[in-house]
Parts: sequence; structure tokens; C-alpha cells
Amino acid sequence: MAAGFIFDIRHYSIHDGPGIRSTVFLKGCPLACWWCHNPESINPQPELIYREDRCIGCGACIPACPQKAIARTSDGHVATAAACDACGACAAACPTLARERAGRWTESSEVLKLIRREKSFFDSSGGGVTFSGGEPFTQPAFLLTMLKACRDEGIHTAVDTSGFAARSALLEAARYADLFLYDLKLMDAAQHRTYTGVDNTLILDNLVALSRAGAAISIRIPLIPGVNDSEENLLAIGRFIAELSGIQSVHLLPYHASGRSKYARLGRHYRLPDTPTPSLQQQERAAALLRRFHAAVTLGG
Amino acid sequence: MNERVRRLRERSFNTHPTISIERALLVTAFYQENLGKYPTPILRALNFKHLCERKTIYIGEDELIVGERGPAPKAVSTFPELNCHTRQDLEVLDSRPMTSYHISKEDIDLYEGKVVPYWKGRSMRDRAFALIPDNWKALYEAGLFTEFMEQRAPGHTALDGTIYQKGMLDFKRDIADALARLDFLHDPHATEKRDELMAMDIACDAAIIFAERHASLAESMAATEQDPIRKAELMEIARICRHVPAHAPRTFHEALQMYWFVHLGTITELNGWDAMSPGHLDQHLAPFYEREVAAGTLDREKAKELLSCFWIKVNNTPAPPKVGVTAAESGTYNDFTQINVGGLRSDGSDGSSEVSSLILEVLDELQLLQPQVSVHVSEKTPEPLLQTAARVIRRGSGYPSLFNADLVVAEQVGMGKSIEDAREGGTSGCVETGCFGKEAYILHGYLNVPKVLELVLNNGVDPLTGKKIGLETGDPTKFAGFDELYEAFERQLDYVVSIKIATDNFLQRMFASYAPAPFLSVLIHDCIEKGRDYYDGGARYNTEYIQCCGLGTITDSLAALKKHVFEDRTISMTTLLDALRRNWEGAEALRQFLWNRTPFFGNDDEYADTIMQRVYASLLKTIDGRLSTRGPTYHLNMLSTTCHVYFGKKLGATPNGRFAHQPESDGTSPSHGADRHGPTAIVRSLAKMEQVKSGGTLLNMRFLPSVLAGQKGMDALCALIRTYFRLGGHHMQFNVVDSSTLRDAQKRPELYRNLLVRVAGYSDYFVDLDKYHQEEIIARTAQETC
Repeated sequence: MAAGFIFDIRHYSIHDGPGIRSTVFLKGCPLACWWCHNPESINPQPELIYREDRCIGCGACIPACPQKAIARTSDGHVATAAACDACGACAAACPTLARERAGRWTESSEVLKLIRREKSFFDSSGGGVTFSGGEPFTQPAFLLTMLKACRDEGIHTAVDTSGFAARSALLEAARYADLFLYDLKLMDAAQHRTYTGVDNTLILDNLVALSRAGAAISIRIPLIPGVNDSEENLLAIGRFIAELSGIQSVHLLPYHASGRSKYARLGRHYRLPDTPTPSLQQQERAAALLRRFHAAVTLGG
Repeated sequence: MNERVRRLRERSFNTHPTISIERALLVTAFYQENLGKYPTPILRALNFKHLCERKTIYIGEDELIVGERGPAPKAVSTFPELNCHTRQDLEVLDSRPMTSYHISKEDIDLYEGKVVPYWKGRSMRDRAFALIPDNWKALYEAGLFTEFMEQRAPGHTALDGTIYQKGMLDFKRDIADALARLDFLHDPHATEKRDELMAMDIACDAAIIFAERHASLAESMAATEQDPIRKAELMEIARICRHVPAHAPRTFHEALQMYWFVHLGTITELNGWDAMSPGHLDQHLAPFYEREVAAGTLDREKAKELLSCFWIKVNNTPAPPKVGVTAAESGTYNDFTQINVGGLRSDGSDGSSEVSSLILEVLDELQLLQPQVSVHVSEKTPEPLLQTAARVIRRGSGYPSLFNADLVVAEQVGMGKSIEDAREGGTSGCVETGCFGKEAYILHGYLNVPKVLELVLNNGVDPLTGKKIGLETGDPTKFAGFDELYEAFERQLDYVVSIKIATDNFLQRMFASYAPAPFLSVLIHDCIEKGRDYYDGGARYNTEYIQCCGLGTITDSLAALKKHVFEDRTISMTTLLDALRRNWEGAEALRQFLWNRTPFFGNDDEYADTIMQRVYASLLKTIDGRLSTRGPTYHLNMLSTTCHVYFGKKLGATPNGRFAHQPESDGTSPSHGADRHGPTAIVRSLAKMEQVKSGGTLLNMRFLPSVLAGQKGMDALCALIRTYFRLGGHHMQFNVVDSSTLRDAQKRPELYRNLLVRVAGYSDYFVDLDKYHQEEIIARTAQETC
């Protein structure tokens, strides 16, 4: 038994591995990519999400807050002060779901129960469960417990990882997981540090080790114009993966700024400047570059 | 589609429906002359023959399949002997913005002068309404239920394969045999049987005469036709019309013309709901197709052309307009001629063939309102057929709908039909299960289940009018617990249903006595063998369906009461009732609390789903097996068509946070916006209902085109369908959302919480995106669905 710190479980997920899947989102990530579309996944602590468009200004949250951190604004809505410790009392009192606490400790048995209910969909579609995040390897004990339990029940598993993980945990997970969705972003170490906050050496070394361990791997490359879509970067990624075994497919995930609204709800700043979704030609060009190195390159998850 | 089909389609698409008064004039003249001379069945058969002999015959340019109900395409007949339109009705129909039927002022004058006066007090509706009790009228006017038989004849009949093996002359021989077997010495009903059988015999003659007149017209058109190709086509049409329906068809072309004449006969005789349906058309046509393709006398393209010509014929026959059109529930509606594709053969083998694919291709290419196609998926249905269906669905018209063939068989076996007959059955109308060619399964009207709860919460008073129309089930603020409230709901339900059934039984006898359908009876087993009319229990199987609406709304409302008023006690009954009466005015926080903090149906939530099961059990207990004039034949159906909108208008605010007059949940779908955990949770909630005990449930699902994109989107959709059916689902259909729906979602996000949208490599909820991205997706959606 282990508990996981989870911020969401989504069902009928069809872009995170084969078939119809349930995706378990673990909260906490050592990276902080500028384009992250799940900003609530980064912080390993609970956070308060406030959706202003849902707020009717009823004020039920104000007396509910033990920190007295909520006050009425001049426009009839409410503002949360820094004193907020994300205890979630206001979310429990909010009638409109405008306030929500992201992050919940959940026992593995409880998660398994939710997954098990989806099994008939997995069976008819060749689907299963994907552990995503955040970075699932920030919670290795929970992840491994889940992977083993799913294997025991005949449920296909995939782990969606940045690769920034302890080698031992990664290799142990490889014994139980059916598939790794492995992100590659930038091959240049300095740029990688700039845009994600961490070095890429560990990520690349881990990928080699995972490949040698015989894992099935699907490479996922977010395609962000002006950040990592240069010919140089794509060719470097291509050359790198060409040397590896076990790479089943390569997926280009075109950047989309849809996560941006979530930053405001968390009271955070979105660092990436106004960046368009890459055009179909840009996507095709990137795919063509990568096809020189791998046969199964697709656009999308 | 080829040029001929394109032209025919264009003409059909662009022709505006009109009302033809020809049938009304002919019927009125016939009744004036003949009423009182014959027993009723024979009078009806002679009336039908009179129409077949005199009505204007039409053969249009380019047509290969011929025959219209009216004098021209989309010219709709009226049926004054059942219910007679008034001058005001006709004027409203002519001018209303939605689904109008044009009619000239001269025709309205003629109708008012010649038709209306004769039928005043004589039409079935006038006669019936004079005898319907006040307690029924009070509930009917308050919107507790509707009544199908006050507007049109019982319908949505579908045929089996008999007409492809027997012509009218063969039926006449069967009728003669049955007449010869009559035993006046011992059978007290021999006289009625003789009348009915003689009527059937006349009806067979009428159908032959109708076809012969088309043959003669085609021959005379051929005589003056300059184009040698068209001339040959007209001669071929004439040859076919001389052969069918008198004899069984021999070719694919004859088979389609056979069905079409039979279809026209039934919708000329009476105005049965949803016209008529061919049933398993792919199975019926496959032997002809395969034989002729093998012999080289037919190819795929020619077959498709003929099928398309037939398709357009069905589209040329809009539904006969209702009377009393100013009434709210009599707005727009259509007939649903439903073609079943796939399914099972009577021996239990897979029923799909090349013709199944042809039918889906025609559906996809023609994009017409009528006919509609349902794909019947069994465990034996090959994956490619389902994939083809999914690709057509993705194009956005919402069709084909999908049915679980294995469950449809099990439902019928549960109602006592033989398994072979059940496999030949399927669905017609919207989702109604029936045994094709062997059953009268009759819709009796929708039941407004949430309104029953509203009566309980107001001790029998309709809060919208202040009139006491229901049972006094007690002061709602005095209920000691949820079970006491629920018992009151069950008593109120029984009261409403009993009043409805009593009048339904009366109306059944009115149809059996005054509007028998001898031609329809020829086509349905075992009317000839029994010497009894289709409306008088002549069919091998008989079923009365009452269609229960608002399952999501009632479940969610009961869940709100149970949880917040009786268990958590966070809201008092008095506070809630007060807020409902004020339609939530000044109580938005309370409404939001109920809407967001109640376990709702459609989320795989045990709390809510247990209540759904309890309501469903109550509906079964109250309706299933109740006595009609044909035996214990009442069964449950769970479709709403568009009635959930009308019922919603007649319903005040409900405890689930719904505003007064807003639509109720449709079919067995969750309330709009109540399902918040994706499509798999909806499927699992629905699977907890013992759907096999109903005669049909209806699940609408909404997807954005992007979620269905690519092979992956298709594979997932097919797997979702298969899984729902393995879990015991009856029906499922998909609305591929268009940009106008997304606009509405922007305005009323709370009703669209579950709308998934694919953004780049992942899916998110549309209402959770910011305005900028919503706009982008709306633009993209408009492009994808065009």
C-alpha cells in the first residue's frame, strides 16, 4: 500500500498511449517548462485554484477561511491573500466550484478501484492506464505499487515521464510497465536548462539505460515554435534516438497555448511569449526531418 | 452519386412541403355516399380502393422508383376521418416559420366548405374527445402526458421479408383459404372475421390497381418520349408496375418498387405514426443483389442508383401535419422511416452484407432527412461495418444511430416472443423494439416523470396553474424521511399512469372499431390467419408502450432531496420549495449548491445511480404488464424524441437546480451538464439500468469532431460502442457538435461541463478553456463539420 499525491484522473483518454485509457495525474515535477499546459502539476504541495468566471460573489468562502485570507473585491468577486495555505476549506464551502483544491493524497487501493471500473473499455480497445503528471517518478513508491498492481490484474500500463528520475526507480518500473512515453525537448544542455529549469544529461542517460533494459518506448516531442523546432535540434533528437532500440514510435505534439488560462487561476505568470500553434506545414516539416531516423513518426499523441 | 441521383436529390431537397386536399375530398365524398352501407372494415377497404382508383398518379422526370402519396412530391395528405384540420390550423401551417406546409387560399376555402362541415362530430378525434373524462383532460393539459392516438393512427410498423416472397395475389389466396376455413357453426366471431377478411381481399385488389395505373401512365409517357433511353426506362417501369405488387419481386429493382408500393399503400390507408419502415432492408435485398451480380444483370453502381432513387422517394413524404397546431407540443416533427442495417438473421448468423455498406454509402452521400439508418451491432457484426458507420457519424449528421442487436433480441424474448421472430425484429421509430412483420407495438404517449414529483411536492396541485389535478399525497413539509416522500411519488405515479391507461384502452377500441386497417393487416402475420385486424389484436404479438421522459431530471431531483433535505439536512424542505416556487429568484447560491454538490446520474456514482434504479423499478412496477384490451401488453419505453422540451416547458423549477421551463433530460441520457466524468462514466451509469426489461432506451452523446479525428478517434469510438453494448446498453447516438452548440456552451457553460475537446495532443473540457481558445476551436469546428 502507498498513497499518491494526485490532482486528477481522466477517463476516455485517447492520446496517452494505445486504446481507451485512464490517465492518473501525479502532482509534483522537478521541471518547470515554460509551455507546461498543466501548471497545477508542478508544485508538489496542494494549491488553490480559483475560476473567476464561475464565481457569483456569494461570499460563502469568506467566513469559511480559517486564515482569513479571503476578502471581497470592488467588482463583487473575492481575492485570496498570500496567507492562504491551500487548506481547501473555501473550496468545500463554494457552491459553484469556482474554488478548488488541486492535489489529494489517495491510497493506491482507491486509485486501483477507480481504474478497475474502466477495465471493460480497456479490454475492448486495447487500452489501459497511463501515469502522467507532473513527473510520476517524483513518487516512486506509489508509482511502483500501482504498476505492480495493474500488472497483477492484467491492465496495460504506460508511464509518461520527463526522464528526470532516479535511475534505479526507472529501471525497476521498466520491469512492470508495458510502455514508456518519454519526453525529449531540447538536445542543447544550456537551452534545456533555460526552458525547463534542469539539465538534460540525466534525461538522455536514462533514456539510453531504459532502452538497454529492453523497455518499449514512445518518444514524445512537444513542438514549440522558436524554442525547439530548429532543424538543428530536431536532427540532434533524430540522431540520438536512431542509436536506441525499443523505440516504437515518435510523436510530435504541436504546441498549443490552451493551458495559459490555468496560470491565472493559480495566480501565476505565463513565461512563454505569444507563440502560435505550429502550422501544418511546420509540423510536417518537423515530422519529415525525424522520419530520416525513425519510420513511425506521427503528429499528435 | 451520379447525375440522375444528383438531380432527383436536388429537386427533393428544394421542394417545399405542401398540403394536398385531394385525399380529404375523395374520402369525404366516399363517406357521404357509402357510410352505413357496409361493415366498417369493408367500408375502410373500399375507401382505400376508392383512393387507389382516383388519386392523381405521378411519375417524375429521372425517376426509376415511382409513386407518391399525394399528387406530387412532398404534397402531404390529410386524414379528416381521424382528425380534421380547421381553417386556423391550415393557415398556421401555411405561415409558421418552422416546418411549414404551404396551402393555397382556394384550397383552404374548399376545405372549410366541403371537408370540415362533414367531419365535425364525425371524426374519430371529435367522437373520442366527447367521451374522455375530465381527470384525463386535466393531466393532459398540465403536461403530465401526451396521447399519440388523438392525432394519428398507431404506427411505426416495420415489415419482415414476406413481401419479397409473396405478392398480393398470393395474399389473396391465403385470404381465400382463411375464408374457407371459417366455422359459422361453432365460432361466434366468424361474422366479424368474414368482414375483415373480405376487407383485406379488397385492399389487395386496391394495391394492384394502384400499381397498374402507374404502369399505364408510364406506357403513355413512353409513347410520347423522344429520348430513347428514357423511353426504355419508362417501359421498364411499366413492366415492373404490372408485376409488383401483384406478384413477388424477382429482381433488385422490383424488390425496391414492391416495398415502395406497399409503403405507399399503408400511408394512404391511414396516417400511422412514423409512416412505415422496411425493417432489415439489407437482409431483404441481399439475395436479389447477390443473385443478379453473379448473373451479371446488375452491378454495384446500378444497385446504388436504384437505392438512391428509393431513398429520395422516402424523403418526398414528410409527416402529415398535426391538428391543433397552435398547441405547444404540436410544433415541428418528422416521421422516422428507419432502415435497420446489420443485426442478425433469423438463424442467429450475422445479417450484414455488401448491401449494408451500400446503404451506409447512400446515407452518407445523400444527406437527406429521410429515411434514417440504424446500424445493429451484435457480437457477430464485423468490425469494418462498425468502422464504416463510425466514419459516417463523424461527418456530423448524427446518423446512423447504433443499436445492440443482441439486447434487442433479448428484450423481445423477455416479452415472450420466439427467438427466431425476435431476431427478425429490430427497432423502428426512434428506438422502439418490435418484431418486424409480426407485431403491433404501439406508442401511447410520453409520460412526464419529473412532473409527477412536482405534484408530490405540491400535494397534488400544479404550481404552474394552481389547479389541483393530482392525488393529495400529503403536505410535503411533513414527510418524515426520503422513503415517505418516495412512497408518495409512487402513489402519484400510479394515479397518473392509471388515468392514462384507462383512456388509452378506450382509444384502442375506438381504432379497432372505427378505423381498422385492412391493407396493413394483410402485411402483418397473423392477421389473415386469425381473421382479425392489426388494430384489433390480429398481429402475432401486441405491445403497448408508454414512453417515460426525464430520467436524468427525476433522478437528480430525488438525489438532491434525499441528500440535502433528508440526510445532511443542510436545506429545509420549506426553503427549497420556496426557492422552486420563485424559480430560484434570490436563491442563486442555493441553486448552484444543488447543481454542483449533488450526486447526479451519469457519473458512475452509486448514490445517484441507485436512485435511478429505484425510479426505473417503480416505472416497471407501475406500467409493465398492465392490462390493455389485448391482454397484459403494456411495457416500458424510455425515449423522449423532442418531448423533453415540451415537458420542460410545462415544469417549474426542479430540486436539481434546473430553472423552470427549461428542457428536461432527454431519453435516458443524463441531464445536460450533470455528467462530468466523461463518456465512460455515462456508459457505466446507464449500464446499471436493466435495459433488457424495456422496449428501448436512448442515449445521446456529444463529441467535438476533433475527439473523433484520425483512426485513433474512430477506434476509440467503436470500442466505446462495443463496450456499452457488452454492458447491456440498447442504443447510442452521437451528436458531433457544431459551432452553434459551442456558442451556446460559451453562454451557458454549466450545461456543457462534459464537452471534451481535443487540444493538440490531449483532451480538455471546452468550458475550461479561456475565451481566446474557445474562439479558435469554434472556428476549427465550423471548418471540420462543414
